[in-house]
Amino acid sequence: MGNVVQSEARGAVRFSSVEVCGNMAGLELLSDQGYRLDGRKATELRKVQARMGVFAQADGSAYLEQGNTKALAVVYGPHEMRGSRSRTRHDQAVINCQYSMATFSTAERKRRPHGDRKSTEMSLHLKQTFEAAVMTQLYPRSQIDIYVKILQSDGGNYSVCVNAATLAVIDAGIPMRDYVCACTVGFVDETPLADLCYAEESGGVSSLALALLPRGGQIALLQMDARLHQDHLETLIEAAMTACKGVSKVLDEVVRQHLQESSVLSGE
Amino acid sequence: MKDTPLSNCERDFLLKAIEEKKRLDGRQTYDYRKMKITFGTDFGCCFVDLGKTRVMAQVSSELVTPKESRPNEGIMFFNIELSPMASPAFEQGRQSELSVKLNRQLERCLRNSKCIDTESLCVVSGEKVWQIRVDVHMLNHDGNLMDAASIAAITALCHFRRPDVGIQGDEVTVFSPEERDPIPLSIYHMPISVSFAFFQQGTYLLVDPCEREERVMDGLLMIAMNKHREICSIQSSGGIMLLKEQVMRCSKIASIKVSEITELISKALENDKKARKAGERCGFAESMPQERITALKMDETPVEMTDVTEKANDIVHNADAPPQMVPSPVVPIPGVGQVGQGVQSTWGLEEDDEGEEEENDNSGEEQDEKVTRMEEEKLESREGDVVEISDSEEEEVVILNPEKVSKNTGYTSHHKGAAATQKRKRK
Repeated sequence: MGNVVQSEARGAVRFSSVEVCGNMAGLELLSDQGYRLDGRKATELRKVQARMGVFAQADGSAYLEQGNTKALAVVYGPHEMRGSRSRTRHDQAVINCQYSMATFSTAERKRRPHGDRKSTEMSLHLKQTFEAAVMTQLYPRSQIDIYVKILQSDGGNYSVCVNAATLAVIDAGIPMRDYVCACTVGFVDETPLADLCYAEESGGVSSLALALLPRGGQIALLQMDARLHQDHLETLIEAAMTACKGVSKVLDEVVRQHLQESSVLSGE
Repeated sequence: MKDTPLSNCERDFLLKAIEEKKRLDGRQTYDYRKMKITFGTDFGCCFVDLGKTRVMAQVSSELVTPKESRPNEGIMFFNIELSPMASPAFEQGRQSELSVKLNRQLERCLRNSKCIDTESLCVVSGEKVWQIRVDVHMLNHDGNLMDAASIAAITALCHFRRPDVGIQGDEVTVFSPEERDPIPLSIYHMPISVSFAFFQQGTYLLVDPCEREERVMDGLLMIAMNKHREICSIQSSGGIMLLKEQVMRCSKIASIKVSEITELISKALENDKKARKAGERCGFAESMPQERITALKMDETPVEMTDVTEKANDIVHNADAPPQMVPSPVVPIPGVGQVGQGVQSTWGLEEDDEGEEEENDNSGEEQDEKVTRMEEEKLESREGDVVEISDSEEEEVVILNPEKVSKNTGYTSHHKGAAATQKRKRK
């Protein structure tokens, strides 16, 4: 774990990356000295900053920044089923997720914040991840809503959403098996790169997104795009797991700090 | 319509069977169902049967302006259609979760793996490129739609030929297949998706789940690979927790399955090519006679065939000879043709006869109906007494036979007399 160090995200990376992806061929994702585009080492994560309990109205909420990617997560519930009652499960809670991207989150203004194929898929993946992690059997016939919004997108949207939503679920006091931590990993020149930024993601790297329950080493979601030889799969998963464990440490710290603050406040 | 839920009994039974490493259709845990690939008459049309799951893929091409961000690359478009035809659970027109999942997975499997050379689809940079559209239609849903769809899509892409184009100055000519042979797409590799179903929190693993198994599974892991053992996409779905070891094991199984399937596809393509070259009849219609498209199709069952010939002969011997009714065409009135092979209508004629020469209608009819009478006689001889004659005049012909005078004469003559008088009255 010693090599997972957080670094200050170098500013203006995202904006230069837009021009950069035009000429992908000339792009060097990993220099000979072992540095990446934004000056990180291969296994280095971006700086993670998070706050819990940012909204008073919601049952749980969190704000999380990972480098230049920023996400807001809100949790309502568990509450009675709303809308169609036919989805009610008699033995467990139903998790309802909605993923959206702010129209100003990308370099090109987005037309629809949610509802297109990609964001529907992302909502599905979030739902799946939290169905695996939240102890849904404790709340039969009820519903838990998780709404996530990307405020600024600079790669690793899925993982940032998962990390933010985890904090929000914890803030709502809903029991989970473990923290769910997610991270993307790329593979360049036989080297796995942790926590890809937008420039790296669009540079044609084979990337793998993984959501992990770190204590048991269980994978809640695994998704990979682009070509990769079977023999490299293991190293890549290994690297992703290490990165996820790094994230989980940060999340744990955030939760502990938040608890301390709120207990001090309520103690007075 | 919503899917009928599986009863607890059925669920328990299925899970129990899976625990005992048994499957409903007698397969082993890592077996695929019977796979069949057929092609349509057109290029780029392919049907894939995976057990009872049936999927059709059709590739089409079109000249469009390219995207601004990629001016010299062709456009690939994938669409999976879940029509209510395949399963009552699919709804028309709505983008269901399943359809989003399948569509994105197919896109990821075929587009993101860059298996097709999109740059070769450029005609005029920034102005005209080919858009290749792959439409996958689900015809029958019996589980594992993703694998069937991915196989159908890549096979259809391999089979597809796009029209040749020529550029002279600013002018782009698209040649018809008669003018210039259409060109196949350049395909680098063939990614094929393999699905793994997990049961009981990942304790049990099955390859190629059927519809029933899909309903009781906890989660699914889809791995798309090509035969060079390169993974093109991985996607886990459903609320399962996997361990790294399980993923590694699945990827190993997938690599074996993919090499088998790739071989099948290339064989199917080769067969089709040969058939087309030899000018044999090929296409979907050719593959149809052996099987029906209905879901109720039964698998072939072995039948005892030892004394079938004798039995058949017996039946033929014992059976009554079929009636020798071979009508010859008759022209009732000169200049009037008769359509069809019916025997001459005796009705109108008789009426005429009776009207004009009712005294000796016996002879008159004999003249007119020489041909018919022969047959009638035969009929008569076989059937014995056709006595219960109604007042229909057609029957009279029969009775008028000289040999048949016997006991009925009185009745008939009387009867006929009545008929004749009736007619006269009418006139």
